[in-house]
Amino acid sequence: MTYRVGEPVTVAARAHSGHHRTPSYIKGKTGRIEGVHARFRNPETRAYGDQGLPEMPLYLVSFARSDLWPEPCAGGGHRVYVDVFEHWLEEAK
Amino acid sequence: MNDHDHDHTPITNGDERRAGARARALEELLVEKGVLRPGEIRAGIDWLVSRTPADGARLVAHAWVDPEFKQQLLADARAAALELGLDPGPSPVVVALENTETVHHMVVCTLCSCYPRALLGPPPAWYKSLPYRSRAVSDPRGVLAEFGLAIGDDVDLRVVDSTADIRYLVIPRRPAGTDELSEDQLAALVTRDSMIGVAQPAAPALA
Repeated sequence: MTYRVGEPVTVAARAHSGHHRTPSYIKGKTGRIEGVHARFRNPETRAYGDQGLPEMPLYLVSFARSDLWPEPCAGGGHRVYVDVFEHWLEEAK
Repeated sequence: MNDHDHDHTPITNGDERRAGARARALEELLVEKGVLRPGEIRAGIDWLVSRTPADGARLVAHAWVDPEFKQQLLADARAAALELGLDPGPSPVVVALENTETVHHMVVCTLCSCYPRALLGPPPAWYKSLPYRSRAVSDPRGVLAEFGLAIGDDVDLRVVDSTADIRYLVIPRRPAGTDELSEDQLAALVTRDSMIGVAQPAAPALA
């Protein structure tokens, strides 16, 4: 496990043409590690009949709403918590 | 055109008739290739529709009356479900999120419709709809207001997007005035929507 709870991380901004589980609204955005779940098979290869090995660490990463969308939204702020595989995370920019 | 980089085409669920035909064609192909046995998809659907939110409600009600069990549920919801004799489903990790006076969780799957089906049954149609999936993350207070739930600006609002292998279940706040209720009576108050985090549990009937 490369990242620790509380550490800021940036989600890779790269495009990915096949199945993947990193939603586009967090790509290139910076959040913080809230937890480390476990290792899971990689859905990007598993989706195509592969075993999805090696298993990849999966993190819970939170993002401030204001870091995701520039437009203001009514009411107090909120955070969005997303499960992100380690190979989509980079040192915070 | 607008002056920013996303389009404003209305969000819909697409052509369901075409999707149905594609699903049938895929099933036939998977059976023909020997990936699935005939009837396996039906058996899966039968299992799915046999699941109901009553199981999730039992977990929540037990956690309300037994603080030690609540800690267990928060630590490992899958193990806690098994301890109560409930089927936590195929997901290796189920996580329970506790709502309190100061913290409110709501769950969405922006990529598809990941949902703790074993404990809550099939997800409601709105949970799978693109408007819920897109707005839950960008304007959760607006979405919750449409569900009739006002979340104060001072509440730490956490929208949990279940994008991977984890399934999330919300433990809603126990309603006031329920000290005298039995565990079964409490479970009857725990609605499906309260375990997704878009509603509070039902109010107890007046004695």
